Amino acid sequence: MKLDKFWISVLVILIAGFAFTKIADNEFYFFTTYVVLQGLIMAVAWNILGGFTGYVNFGSAGFFAVGVYTTVALNKAFGLPLPVLLLAAGVICGLLGLAAGYLTLRLKGVYFAIATLATALVFETIVNNWKYVGGAAGTYVLQPKTSFIFDNYIELLFMLMLVLAVVATAISRYLSSSRIGQGLTAIRDDEVAAECMGVPTLKLKLISTTTMGALMGIAGAPFPFFVTFVDPVSAFALVIAVNSIAMPMIGGTAVWYGPVIGALLLGAIQETATVTISSELNLLIVGVMLVLFITLAPRGIVGLIEDYKKKREAKSG
Amino acid sequence: MAETVLQVTDLTKRFGGFVALDTVNLHLDKGERLGLIGPNGSGKTTMINCISGSLFNDEGKVEFEGQDITALPAHKRAHMGIARSFQIPKPFKSMTVLENLCIPLEFAAWDRADHRHISEQAMDILETIKFAERAHENSGSLTQVDMRKLELARALAAKPTLLVSDEAMAGLSSSEVDEILEILMVLNEQGVAVIMIEHIMRAVMRYCERIVVLDAGKKIADGSPDDVMKNPEVERAYLGE
Repeated sequence: MKLDKFWISVLVILIAGFAFTKIADNEFYFFTTYVVLQGLIMAVAWNILGGFTGYVNFGSAGFFAVGVYTTVALNKAFGLPLPVLLLAAGVICGLLGLAAGYLTLRLKGVYFAIATLATALVFETIVNNWKYVGGAAGTYVLQPKTSFIFDNYIELLFMLMLVLAVVATAISRYLSSSRIGQGLTAIRDDEVAAECMGVPTLKLKLISTTTMGALMGIAGAPFPFFVTFVDPVSAFALVIAVNSIAMPMIGGTAVWYGPVIGALLLGAIQETATVTISSELNLLIVGVMLVLFITLAPRGIVGLIEDYKKKREAKSG
Repeated sequence: MAETVLQVTDLTKRFGGFVALDTVNLHLDKGERLGLIGPNGSGKTTMINCISGSLFNDEGKVEFEGQDITALPAHKRAHMGIARSFQIPKPFKSMTVLENLCIPLEFAAWDRADHRHISEQAMDILETIKFAERAHENSGSLTQVDMRKLELARALAAKPTLLVSDEAMAGLSSSEVDEILEILMVLNEQGVAVIMIEHIMRAVMRYCERIVVLDAGKKIADGSPDDVMKNPEVERAYLGE
């Protein structure tokens, strides 16, 4: 593999992240960045289906919750180690993504969006009525005693989330630059034309929903150890679902780095507001930013930068 | 005898109770130029939707180069060498003209052509139809005639053996029609069989070696342009009793 700018940045970020766990001792920083990174993974995941493929949907966050409850259930039943739980959540949510995709992808536009919302509600109803994982009352999840080479468990979770965020971004970047990504863009622009130009639309759309589901599930898998008390209200929280849509929209949906930019920006603003004002503001912040961006900059920050560059070129040229 | 490219046998397509195509037969030789005409609503577009795989027929059989493709989805047919253009242009709007051509090169023509130098190949195609100066323009902001050219260029990039052109000239000026005809000629010279749906009779008479006429889902004539024009049934279909 060629060592390009992307992989060098990845290396620097990972080393810096690790150094951070050794230097900083205020646990607050790790809690905060964990939340931002979780949002980033979900934003990247949502964008694969909603941005690259053009299938805007409201149900993606349901897969996050399924990831959360996969951990709760498997941890209670077998006490499996975290890497296995991650893998299990990825596989289960990937398969669910595939199945949900197969059922709903024949729908278009608004109908698809509503069908995905319904899928999420089905997941929530099941969890609410499943006593083993706590049902509607919720359940406690104990953090493991050992925290590997880190001082405490939150540092481990932070580092894990950082690695997962990098992996998710790398997958999304690979998808967008590959033949698959080309095909997905063609589907987004015109599905009928894409099919007639030889693009296997159903197959690519299923790859898209499966990847989205798996990444969402993986983002949710460590969540029970992070919050230590899980109930459906927190796992299916509205702010989590809205964030995963708003972050790509604000950053820009057409390119892999759009959701990354959006997640870092929106995440940082929300976390700052939580500390300085109130956590209740989070949803309001997303709402206002989403409205502003959709009306003023529908192609997000990436679009704004591209327009600015074009204008400057036109001036100098 | 010439090699058969397309053989459609007893094709029937219904939309609810409405019979859009009624046991239509169609035969096309390699490199042939066929005109498909008929009054509005006679089933021309339904016919090519069934050939390209955008719709599935209810009865009958579609064979391409001797293989039964009746149950194959559109993208598999595209891989085999059936390309089509759309009546209302459907460009990939977020891409440039050149990138539009890369999609069929990377998908439809993938198994049959060179995998490398995709954008050079796309550029070559644009040059053959004298469209290279638009290569880096955004495909969503093209003029009507340029969009029609892009439709054909993109179909050409699929490296087809059969091209179905659905009203590529509707609404164009006389000189623009000539430009499109020239592109279709270039295509045909490369050995591509062409089915052309068109209302502009001047273009059909000039371009086609054979004409098939549909009326209310039935084939009413099949023959050389002159014979078809003299056919009383065709006259009746177009002008009434």
